[in-house]
Amino acid sequence: MSQINMEVSQKDLQLNPNLKSKPDTLTRIFFQKFTKNKLAVIGSIVLFIIIMSAVLAPWIAPYKFEDINLLDKLKPPSKEYWLGTDRYGRDIFTRLLYGGRISLLVGFCSVAGALIIGVSVGAVAGYFGGIVDAILMRLVDIVISIPSIFLLITVVTIFKPSVANLILIFALISWTSTARLVRGEFLSLRTREFVLASKTIGTKSYKIIFSHILPNAMGPIIVSATLLVGSVILSEAALSYLGLGIQPPTPSWGNMLEDAQNYTVMLKAPWYPFFPGLLILLTVLCFNFIGDGLRDALDPKTIE
Amino acid sequence: MTALLEVKNLKTYFKKKKVNIPAVDGVDLKINKGETVALVGESGSGKSITSLSIMRLIPSPPGEIVDGEILFDGKDIVKLTENDMCKIRGNDISMIFQEPMTSLNPVLTIGEQIIEVLMYHQKMSKSTARNRAIEMLELVGFSRAKALIDDYPHRLSGGMRQRVMIAIAMSCNPKLLIADEPTTALDVTIQAQILDLMKDLSKKSDTSILIITHDLGVVSEVADRVVVMYCGQVVEEASVDDLFDEPLHPYTTGLMGSIPSLDGDVERLYSIEGTVPPPEHFPVGCRFAPRCPHAFDRCRNEDPSLITIKGSRSVRCFLHGDKEATL
Repeated sequence: MSQINMEVSQKDLQLNPNLKSKPDTLTRIFFQKFTKNKLAVIGSIVLFIIIMSAVLAPWIAPYKFEDINLLDKLKPPSKEYWLGTDRYGRDIFTRLLYGGRISLLVGFCSVAGALIIGVSVGAVAGYFGGIVDAILMRLVDIVISIPSIFLLITVVTIFKPSVANLILIFALISWTSTARLVRGEFLSLRTREFVLASKTIGTKSYKIIFSHILPNAMGPIIVSATLLVGSVILSEAALSYLGLGIQPPTPSWGNMLEDAQNYTVMLKAPWYPFFPGLLILLTVLCFNFIGDGLRDALDPKTIE
Repeated sequence: MTALLEVKNLKTYFKKKKVNIPAVDGVDLKINKGETVALVGESGSGKSITSLSIMRLIPSPPGEIVDGEILFDGKDIVKLTENDMCKIRGNDISMIFQEPMTSLNPVLTIGEQIIEVLMYHQKMSKSTARNRAIEMLELVGFSRAKALIDDYPHRLSGGMRQRVMIAIAMSCNPKLLIADEPTTALDVTIQAQILDLMKDLSKKSDTSILIITHDLGVVSEVADRVVVMYCGQVVEEASVDDLFDEPLHPYTTGLMGSIPSLDGDVERLYSIEGTVPPPEHFPVGCRFAPRCPHAFDRCRNEDPSLITIKGSRSVRCFLHGDKEATL
């Protein structure tokens, strides 16, 4: 018996010589494929710079974001004020750094919340199917059918539009697409043989859901999450633009844009709306590029 | 010899549009300690549903065990709670499948998949479980188990994956191993190795095997006893020697006749006419009657029962029942 096995192992090695090399971990395959997509790599670098400068804002910023200097209002970009000043004479560069903190914080936290709700609901619905699935998916239908912009406006008018409230509201309305996506993944994954195999070794349902099936669905989830961050940042900007988002003097990219939409400001200082707009555009674009790159890199069909 | 597993009158039905579909209809099965039993039959004869019923893994709804007992070590596992059943699965009864390519989780390392079973059932610490996993991989014939344990399944061939599956299944020294067509997806040379490996391991750890197959070559190689199923019923049961010497049921004879033989000079292989009827259209009387060359009127009206012949074997057929009765 052992002799046969010895031969087998030798043969395996010959047939598959790279078995000798260091194991190709999934992470390494992922990086190899991700770096092939140039746009995604550029997107990650730019986004990294944006995130780092937002995080390090207190150390980078030349001024305080609430410092008003009426003598220097609506100054064009100069050595003193790199990106000019707004109509209260506040440094735009400083405010953009701090605004990025808010916009990105709202983006990431809302998406984290949306993922927790969406993944749990979708996973349970997809794994158990039947009546559980029917009930949870009707719940999703109901949430989707509520016009989100009106809900946002109503809720924000009732409660104060603080950062925490905004995050909560965005999380509560944007989990539905994740739930549907995860449910679809689970519906197809739960019939795979390895799920049956893990049932035969006595694995409990919650463990099958979270440690066996979920890692297999991570690809699409991560991709949709990156895209969702972009769209939440846009919604926050839109809401702030309507004056219902982050309240001044706390800056966010959205309310800076709103502040710049004044007729005289636009004429006198066209660079003021340009910079927050550019940053929103750049950030959302980066998230989309990264999402695309991740989609290709995480596609299990191309792993083999 | 004492019975390890005794299935009595097992009925597993599927509900489809309020109609009961009898996928398994009154199956009796006995497996002794250390014995290898083969469950043989065409596709759709209820072999896999029988094995999934023993594991209590019938997809429910629509499936349900409506009647019968499954005595495992004296306990009726049909009555066990799902929680207790989880403790039996993988520890006392484990299972390997037909498709080794898809039976391993692609995103977990081989080690993680073996260690999980050991930590859950044997309450081992992670490091003990890891050592035991390496031992198991060496036992199933991997010479570089230490490197392999951190590898992902996609780097292994089908035969290697099936050996990993066996390592997982055998890691807790189960009393019963259910192998659902374990060699169907492998090439012939690998088949022999896998069968050898299963026989070898079961001898070492005194594990009984229930092997499900439609390959009579596999049966003759590993089984001690054979149970032939047709349309959700057992039609014949005999020791492997008796069955190959003298198949009694016309269905078994048909199965034997359709094996190509090396020395024969046959132009066309024998095939049983017709196909297995779907469970919702089982005929009245003997379920094999429409395809049976020896069928007579009684077969089409009356349901034959499984009768014991010569003390050790049994068959569900009027051809033999009457002879025995008149003797």
